[in-house]
Amino acid sequence: MSASGPPIGILAELTHRCPLQCSYCSNPLELLKANRELGTQEWLSIFQQAAELGVLQVHLSGGEPTLRPDLIEFVAALSARGIYTNLITAGVGVRDGLMDELAQAGLDHVQLSFQGALPETTETVGNHRGAHQKKLNTAHRVRDAGLPLTLNAPIHRKNIAEVERFIEMALELGAERLEIANIQYYGWALLNRQALMPERDDVMRVAALIETAQHELRGTLAIDFVAPDYYARFPKPCMGGWARDAFMIAPNGDAMPCHAAASIPHLAFENAAQTPLAQIWENSAAFNAYRGFDWMKEPCRSCERREIDFGGCRCQAMLLAGDASATDPACSKSPMHDRILELAIRDSSNGAAEVTYRRIGVFD
Amino acid sequence: MTPLDAARPLAKADSAPRLPRHVRLHFDQIRGAWALLSPEKVLWPDEVSLSILKLCDGRRSIAEICGELAIQYEADVDEIQTDVLAFAQDWSDRMVLRL
Repeated sequence: MSASGPPIGILAELTHRCPLQCSYCSNPLELLKANRELGTQEWLSIFQQAAELGVLQVHLSGGEPTLRPDLIEFVAALSARGIYTNLITAGVGVRDGLMDELAQAGLDHVQLSFQGALPETTETVGNHRGAHQKKLNTAHRVRDAGLPLTLNAPIHRKNIAEVERFIEMALELGAERLEIANIQYYGWALLNRQALMPERDDVMRVAALIETAQHELRGTLAIDFVAPDYYARFPKPCMGGWARDAFMIAPNGDAMPCHAAASIPHLAFENAAQTPLAQIWENSAAFNAYRGFDWMKEPCRSCERREIDFGGCRCQAMLLAGDASATDPACSKSPMHDRILELAIRDSSNGAAEVTYRRIGVFD
Repeated sequence: MTPLDAARPLAKADSAPRLPRHVRLHFDQIRGAWALLSPEKVLWPDEVSLSILKLCDGRRSIAEICGELAIQYEADVDEIQTDVLAFAQDWSDRMVLRL
């Protein structure tokens, strides 16, 4: 199956370097050092190709993308082609003046993560002293630069009690949007699942609370909620379908349908600094592997929801069911669904589990 | 927690809607269509939605927008106003339009 149309979005992970050490990070365990990162001209060429291919949105992420001194150049180049630019930052170590310069270069939107709604939680989860105040400062600089702001709250057992406070904080900071996103268990989050999986009752409480807040705050604050799929009835439509309208590029240029795709061992990825982007989008064997519906087995193949959730996440099927073309075990139609739920309940009650903080070089 | 009592913006005839700063209307040359770009989503407005959105410049009131649409579509202005008010309310609730 080949592409049905041009891609809409690219997640560009400019670097794996980050001042924080969040144990829930979805980056791979084998983090790339700075000497493996693409250079300025390589990214600029990729972004020009992206515009010609029909990409409308580029999410500049990492690691921490503001560590790249060429970030402003990237925003200016994308903006000149009319591409919507979204900066995904942890907001720690952002120098004075950067937000103003990014705004002038044409940046469209900033997504700023908070690991906790309370300072001590933010500092503990990210293992970085003073992180909360630095993030608040960044939020104010974003507002002062006239840029729109989304607060991103990655939720797990260590901060699920703070969801109400996250909503208050988003209102206080004048954010347009708030993402209450239960973390996805890949990379470091999977490694630390026993310490991070929330209890089911807490998830239910938060889901109800958010539904009420979404209604009461309509027109004032948009709240997006991502449920934890281990407790869900149906899987998430991962990436909106494999290589259907978005993909990602790793710091070294590897182009992948999803940021966890390297966990599927039989897939080989082209490098966007070496292979034209249009060729990757059309012809990459990894992109074509799970496109469309031909690869599906039962129960996905005949499922009435196959065009809603696309069989869920291929990487999670690989990680939990040992078969990337199986139904995502998060789906209630998967034969493994009950085991996944048991796993989540078991992990969520493991009070003794300790976290391994995300650090470059630990898993080389 | 403080009560979630922030007032819901309501669409009225004298509201002057505009796109919020995180939303941008963009003509996509490759697909030959107008796209509404926002942080996580790309929306493809239909012809009627597009003709409304193009008039949402923060200066024209909904009443004025409806007057222009009535001429453009040779339709009854009151009927148009009912539809545009409902459209504006729905899009404001979803934070893709500011009233």
